[in-house]
Amino acid sequence: MGSRRNFSRFALGAGIALLIAGSAYSGCARRPKVQRGDTAQAAIATYVAPGDTDEFYLFYSGGQSGNIFVAGIPSMRHIATIPVYTPYPGTGYGFDKETKAMLGGYSWGDVHHPALSQTNGDYDARWLFANDNANNRMARIDLRDFKTKEIYGPLPNVSGNHGSTFVTPNTEYILAATRFSVPLPKGSYAPLEQYATTYKGVVSGVAVDPKTGHMNMAWQVLMPPFNFDLGSGGKGASDGWAFWSCYNSERATGKLEVTSTQKDRDYIAAVNWKAAEQAIKNGKFKTIGGTKVIDPKDTPGVVFLMPCSKSPHGVDVSPDGKYIVGSGKLQSITTVFNMGKVQDAIQNKKFTGDEDGIPVLNYDAIKDAEVNVGLGPLHTQFDDKGYAYTSLFVESAIAKWKMGTWEVVDKIPVAYNIGHLCVPGSDTMHPVGKYVLALNKLSHGRHISVGPSQPESSQLIDITGDKMKLLYDAFTEPEPHYAQIIRTDRIKPIEVYTKDDNKDPNAIWDVKDAGVTRNGKNVIVKIAAVRSNFTPASFEVNQGDHVTVYLTNIEQTTDELHGFGLMEYNLNVVVDPGETKTIEFTADKPGVFAYYCTNFCSALHQEMQGYMLVKPSAGAKTALLKMPSPAGAAR
Amino acid sequence: MPTSADSAHGFFDLNLSKRSRIAVFIAAMLLVPTFLLPLWAMTLYSNQFPDGLHLDIFTYKLAGAKTPARDDLREINTLNHYIGMRPLLESDFGEFVWMPLVIGFFLVFALRTVVFGKMSNLIDNAVLFLYFGLFSLWSFHNRLYAYGHNLDPTAPVKVPPFTPTLFGSKQLANFTVYSLPGPASYFMIGFFVLLVVAILLTRRPNRAAS
Ligand SMILES: [Cu+2]
Repeated sequence: MGSRRNFSRFALGAGIALLIAGSAYSGCARRPKVQRGDTAQAAIATYVAPGDTDEFYLFYSGGQSGNIFVAGIPSMRHIATIPVYTPYPGTGYGFDKETKAMLGGYSWGDVHHPALSQTNGDYDARWLFANDNANNRMARIDLRDFKTKEIYGPLPNVSGNHGSTFVTPNTEYILAATRFSVPLPKGSYAPLEQYATTYKGVVSGVAVDPKTGHMNMAWQVLMPPFNFDLGSGGKGASDGWAFWSCYNSERATGKLEVTSTQKDRDYIAAVNWKAAEQAIKNGKFKTIGGTKVIDPKDTPGVVFLMPCSKSPHGVDVSPDGKYIVGSGKLQSITTVFNMGKVQDAIQNKKFTGDEDGIPVLNYDAIKDAEVNVGLGPLHTQFDDKGYAYTSLFVESAIAKWKMGTWEVVDKIPVAYNIGHLCVPGSDTMHPVGKYVLALNKLSHGRHISVGPSQPESSQLIDITGDKMKLLYDAFTEPEPHYAQIIRTDRIKPIEVYTKDDNKDPNAIWDVKDAGVTRNGKNVIVKIAAVRSNFTPASFEVNQGDHVTVYLTNIEQTTDELHGFGLMEYNLNVVVDPGETKTIEFTADKPGVFAYYCTNFCSALHQEMQGYMLVKPSAGAKTALLKMPSPAGAAR
Repeated sequence: MPTSADSAHGFFDLNLSKRSRIAVFIAAMLLVPTFLLPLWAMTLYSNQFPDGLHLDIFTYKLAGAKTPARDDLREINTLNHYIGMRPLLESDFGEFVWMPLVIGFFLVFALRTVVFGKMSNLIDNAVLFLYFGLFSLWSFHNRLYAYGHNLDPTAPVKVPPFTPTLFGSKQLANFTVYSLPGPASYFMIGFFVLLVVAILLTRRPNRAAS
C-alpha cells in the first residue's frame, strides 16, 4: 500500500514538473502564436497564381548596390533590377559607350530615396528619380522602358546628397541637400577646427524639364553646417514649400554619435521655394561653384527653422499638406506641425532666435501635437482614412495613429529594426491605404541561413482593417531604404523598340547593311543580331586599331534579347529587341577572340557566335612576351 | 413546239426581274468590303505564344498582327528561317496585283448587269466568278506549296517538304497552325450565292407565265 502511495506521489510530482517545464518552454518561444486561419488568409492575400500579375509595382532603392529593384505587390516577387549607378553586366549597363559616359567614371552610388514624378500632387508614371548619397548625383529612369536615361551630377556644392530625390507636386523641383558639410566651393580646404564657421551645407531645388525630364540645378540656399537628412515636398496647404530635417545643429565634428546629440532639439528647415525662385529672378544670389546660391542672411523670407525633437530623421508631409510630421529618433514622440501655424508664426515673427541669420520659429507656436508613438520613431506614412503609420527602429514596430485625435490605435512588431516604411502613394495627395511595407534592416533567423552576410527584409502588412496584419516576409540584396509603390495599371511600358523609337543613326534593320568599314586606324563594325546569328560572323582588325561596334538587335519580338560578350576584352552588352548600342575599344591584344551571344535567345543560341581576328602589329612578338603567363595569373 | 435549244436560247435572253436586279446590286455591294477585310487568316499557337502569332492575307497585302510588343510577320519569318523557308514577302505575291483588279472588274460587271438587266450577263458574271474563286484558291495553294517545298537545303533544322495548310489546323514542330477563310472570303461567297439567287428569281415567274 505504502509503496503504491509513494508511486502516485512521485507520479504527481513528475506531472507538475512537466507542467512547469512546459510553461517555461512556451515562455521562451518569443514568436507570437499565429493561428492557422490567419496564415491561410495571409497566403491567399499574397498569392499571385502562375500567369497572373501583381497589383502594384514596388520600386525600392538598392542602397550601396547603386541599383533600383522592381518587385510586385502583393507577391513581393523580385522581378527586375534597374542598374543606375553601378555597371551591371546582366544588361550590359556601363559597358556600352552611352551608359559608360553616363556613369562618368564612377563605379558605385548609394541610392536611398526613389521618387516617382508627380503632376497635380499625384504620380504621373513618367519618371522615377533616384539619389546618390555617395557621389552627390541624381538619376532619371524613364518608366516607358525602365532604363536609366540621365545621371546629373556631381551636384555643385552638395555634399552627401541624402535628402533627395523628393519632388514637388508638379515635379517642378527635385530636392537635394548636403548631409556632410564641407568648405565651399567643393575643392576648397579648411581645417576641421573651422567646421562651425567655415563649413557650409546647402539645400537645393533641381529643375526638371516637363517635356524631356532633363535635370538642372535651379536654386540653392546656403545653410549652417548641419547634417541635412530627409526631405519632403509641400503640397496642398503647404504647396510652394520644401522641408528637410537635420541633425547636428551642434555643428560638431569628431564622433557625432556623442558630439551631435547634446542639444534637446534639432531642426526641420522649411524653404519657401517660390521665394527662392523670386530671389534668383531678382539677382539676389552669389555664384558659388558655378551655381546660384541664396544666402539667407542677405535674403530673408526664403528659409525658416522649425525646432524638432532631438536628431530627427524623417520629415513627412500629410496628403492634404496641412501637417508636417517629424520624428526625433532618440525620443519616443513624433511631432506634428501645423502648416497654418507655421505660416502664422512667420507672419507674426514668432521667433526664438536665429542660426546664421535664419529665424528659428517658436516650437510651441507651430506644433499641433506630440504623439507618443514609441521608441526610436523614424518615418511616417499616411493612408486615405486619416491614419498615420510611424516606423519605430528601436522598438522594431510600426505604430498606427489617428490624425486629429493623435492617439495610437494599433502597433505591430516587425522583424527587425525597421527603417523606412511605405504606403502606396503616401507622398502624393491620394494614398492607397491597402498595404504598408516595412523596410527592415535586420532579418536574422527569418530565412535560410546564408552565412554572416545577411539580406535585408521587407515585410508586407495589410492595413485595410482596424488591426494591421503581417502578410509576407521578403528578402533583398543590400540595401533598400525608401520605396515607391504605384498601381500596375498606371504604367504602360513598351517591350520592343520600334524603328521610330530607335534614334541611333548607326542602327541597321537588315543584315544587308551590316559590315565593316575602315578609316585609317578607326574600324567601324555594324553588327546585326537576330536569332541565331551575328552578321558579320567575323571581322578582322589590326592590333592597335580603334574599334567601334554598333550592335543592333533587329528583332521586333518581346523578350528576344541578344548579348555580345567579347572574350578577354572585358566587354559584354545586351541589346533589347530593336535596340542599338555602341561598343568602343582599342584592339590592343593580338590574337583571335570569340564573341558570342550572352543572353540565351533560342534553340541555336550556343551557335550564335563570331570571331574578331586581331592581326599582330610589327612589335607583336614583344607584346606577346609581355602577356602574363597563365601560372602568374592563377592564385 | 419549242426545242430545248430554243428554250435555252430564250432563257439567256430573258430580262431580269426587278427582284433579280436588286439581288445583283446587293451582291455587287458585298464586294466593297473585300477591299478592306482579310481574305484568309492564319494563327500559329505555341507554348511561347499562347495568344498566337497572327497573319492576315488580304487581296492586296500581307499583314501580320502588330502590337507594341511584337511584329508577327517578322517573327514568323524569323522562325521560318530555321527550316530554310523563304521569308514571306509581299512582293513575291503576284496575287496582290491582279486580285483587286479582278474583283473590281466583277464589281463593275455586276453593276452593268443591274443596268442592262440581261440574264446572259448575269450567268457570265456568276460562272466567271466561280472560275476566279477556284483559280485563286489553286493559286494560293500553289504559293503555299512553293514556300513549303523550296526549303533551303542548308537550313539548321531539316524538315520534310510540306504544304502549309489552307483549311483547318495542322501541327508544325511546336506550333499548331490554324488556317481559315477570312471575312472577305465570306463576302465573296455571298456575292456568288446572291448571283445564283438572282438567276432563280428571274426564272420562276417567267416559267409561270409560259
Ligand atoms: Cu542570341
